[in-house]
Amino acid sequence: MANERPSGKRIDLPTGTETVGHEWDGIEELDTPMPRWWLWTLYLTIIWGVVYIVLYPAWPLIERGTEGVLGWSSRGQLAQEMRVADQSRQTVREALSQIPIERLPDNSPLMAQAVAGGRAAFLVNCVQCHGSGAAGSPGYPNLNDDDWLWGGDLRAIEYTITHGIRQQAHDKTRMSAMPPYEGVFEPAQLNELVSHVLSLSGKAPPTAAGAQIYADNCVVCHGPAGGGDRAQGAPALNDAIWLYGSAREDVARQILDPRMGMMPKWERRLDPVTIKMLAAYVHSLGGGEDFVEVAKDPEIQVDEQP
Amino acid sequence: MNNPEDPIIKGRSVAEDGIPKTNEPVSSAVAGPEASTHRHEPHQPPRQHLPQKLFEKRKRVHNKRIDGPFRRFKWLVMLVALGIYYVTPWIRWNRGAYAPDQAVLVDIANRRFYMFDIEIWPHEFYFVAGLLIMAGIGLFLVTSAVGRAWCGYACPQTVWTDLFQHIDRFVDGDRNARIRLDQAPWGPGKIAKRSFKWSIYLLVSLVTGGAWILYFADAPTLLREFFAGEADPVAYMTVGILTLTTFTLGGFMREQVCIYMCPWPRIQSAMLDEKSLLVTYKDWRGEPRGSVKKAEKDPAHFGDCIDCLQCVAVCPTGIDIREGPQIGCITCALCIDACDRVMAEVGRPRGLIDYATLEDCEREARGETPRSPWRTLLRPRTVAYSLIWGSIGAAMLFALGTRTRTDLTVSPDRNPPFMLMSDGSVRNAYTLRLRNMEGRPRDMEVAIEGLPGAVIWTDTIGRGGAAPRQMISVPADQTRAVRAYVAVPRGTPAQDFSFRVTSQDEQRETALEETRFSAPGEDG
Repeated sequence: MANERPSGKRIDLPTGTETVGHEWDGIEELDTPMPRWWLWTLYLTIIWGVVYIVLYPAWPLIERGTEGVLGWSSRGQLAQEMRVADQSRQTVREALSQIPIERLPDNSPLMAQAVAGGRAAFLVNCVQCHGSGAAGSPGYPNLNDDDWLWGGDLRAIEYTITHGIRQQAHDKTRMSAMPPYEGVFEPAQLNELVSHVLSLSGKAPPTAAGAQIYADNCVVCHGPAGGGDRAQGAPALNDAIWLYGSAREDVARQILDPRMGMMPKWERRLDPVTIKMLAAYVHSLGGGEDFVEVAKDPEIQVDEQP
Repeated sequence: MNNPEDPIIKGRSVAEDGIPKTNEPVSSAVAGPEASTHRHEPHQPPRQHLPQKLFEKRKRVHNKRIDGPFRRFKWLVMLVALGIYYVTPWIRWNRGAYAPDQAVLVDIANRRFYMFDIEIWPHEFYFVAGLLIMAGIGLFLVTSAVGRAWCGYACPQTVWTDLFQHIDRFVDGDRNARIRLDQAPWGPGKIAKRSFKWSIYLLVSLVTGGAWILYFADAPTLLREFFAGEADPVAYMTVGILTLTTFTLGGFMREQVCIYMCPWPRIQSAMLDEKSLLVTYKDWRGEPRGSVKKAEKDPAHFGDCIDCLQCVAVCPTGIDIREGPQIGCITCALCIDACDRVMAEVGRPRGLIDYATLEDCEREARGETPRSPWRTLLRPRTVAYSLIWGSIGAAMLFALGTRTRTDLTVSPDRNPPFMLMSDGSVRNAYTLRLRNMEGRPRDMEVAIEGLPGAVIWTDTIGRGGAAPRQMISVPADQTRAVRAYVAVPRGTPAQDFSFRVTSQDEQRETALEETRFSAPGEDG
């Protein structure tokens, strides 16, 4: 017939399209041409692919892949982005490194940036002991409250972070020790002493015997009224906050076999600017104290309730 | 092979590829010797021709120039629509020192939407949603009253298609010249004309896309940055995409968009009824068609339509309105202009093609007097749509007039929920977000209600300044986040209380936000 082709192809009458020339049990396949837009899209993707292969890393080879003439790599891009991020922080870090920490609260935008940076550093370095909300746990001080063992102004906090607490072989570390009184007191004496310690914050009635034992053994560090001494990290005994618990047995245990916390020194692990930011963050948690000129005159008592 | 006497294939042969086949099962008992080699030959029943193509090839539309009242109205709408589009970003509006001075500005970067005296914050987006709902119901109203008037006059696709068709006319001449040029082979003249025309297309498209971005940033600054190459990449991308869509949709696809792509014609055909105004050919008057000469010979037989095809020639979507209402008709009424002109020339009354409701058409066909088109507008359905539309508008105006420009949100610290202080008092920390939605800085007083003995201080005020109420200044048109500490004396139980913020100006706007004070002993 007229619509036959030598290769067995023929024109399908209803559609006017050529068949591909195969038949399977009477089923034939039309050789419908691709839509032009589809073909052009295909050609464009091929062109795009060739350009991409030339410009970017594409073919895997045995050790590495082709590198592409642009020299782009995902690692390189990350490094570049990190460099940009570092540079954008550079001005803040420089300003922070130059400002004395005493002056930091006066510059509130810089203080806010320091607090934000300190929060990030805190989440990496400090939450393991102090908790993500800095609320601490028994034995690990709560940094939100207004009770400070070694001082709660910016400089004192920065010093504590820098040099740590009770670090061996470090001259500048915060160092003190509560002597163990195991075997020193009779049980009755211990009972009296515990009562006296608790009476300082109104948790138990005062006793004369307990007061005497306290005066003989404890006043040197903890003070006559139990106010503590920040110079040697002696805790205040007359407030509501108890690092190791306020039950009688907790207090007794702390007298007989005291536990004393340690804190790492961050001097060489973190750079000074990060430590400054951490100090600002801890100070900002709600218990930070204003500066009292302790350094000039050691006799000035730090205000306990600012 | 192809032997008509062959008993097996006689009368039933299907010989399409030279091998005779049968549609009947062939038993080898009755088959001739050759049949056994054929019976499994592929075969198919005789094919039947489909009556027509399933796909209608596009016919290019070259609409003829026409003048008349509807064409002039279309010019006016086009002028107003394009005017609004291009001029709006350049209108300045003084909002004081703290807000941009562009009258209409969608400031996505700062999450603000300015429209003359109205400023919308993200949480007030329901005003925009309400506007969109009003636009939707407005379209219902317009459609049920005057049919597809939106399609015919105000739709951007229509306006820009119209614009591009005028460019066609300007470069290539009117309908006949354009048809000739379309059919002419490619040569230097055609190439020159086409590239000139497409350059104008591209320019118009660029201006269209370019104007769009001016709504999203300060127009003069952005325009300068755009041409200096300093604008944000997203500006160039937006202009690029909109230029491309305008170029293709307005320059080339045109009526195809209305007929095949746009959902609105389909929705509208569901909303039209026999009381909606349509552009209609009055067939009882026009049929049967006949030329003026024929009608002179036999006036009784022929109707008013002289079959001059002017209504088809001027149609921007290339339809024949005499086939009746159809989805391709955008009711631009240019055919009315064309037909009226012809009717005037041949001395017959105007309105063979006219705006009319189907109901009136029937009435008129019966010989009754039709009502005026204006009277058809007023009916229960349009009144109901108007009332809904108006009440949404009134509700939004009321909400706009009474909204407060002061707001407060409170989020209590969860970790730790409370803090025991050394003197036994308990402190909770909250993040207060004070919203000052006025274009000037304002002082706001934050006070505590329902928590006896409580004092409040903030990260900047310090515990030394703790007091039951604090004054906080909030910058203009901003939210200020304040970390607030609230402390109560020893022994206060956990309880609910409220923060109240009051603006310290003559407005004395206030916002109350309830929250919880946590204390030791709660939840174990």
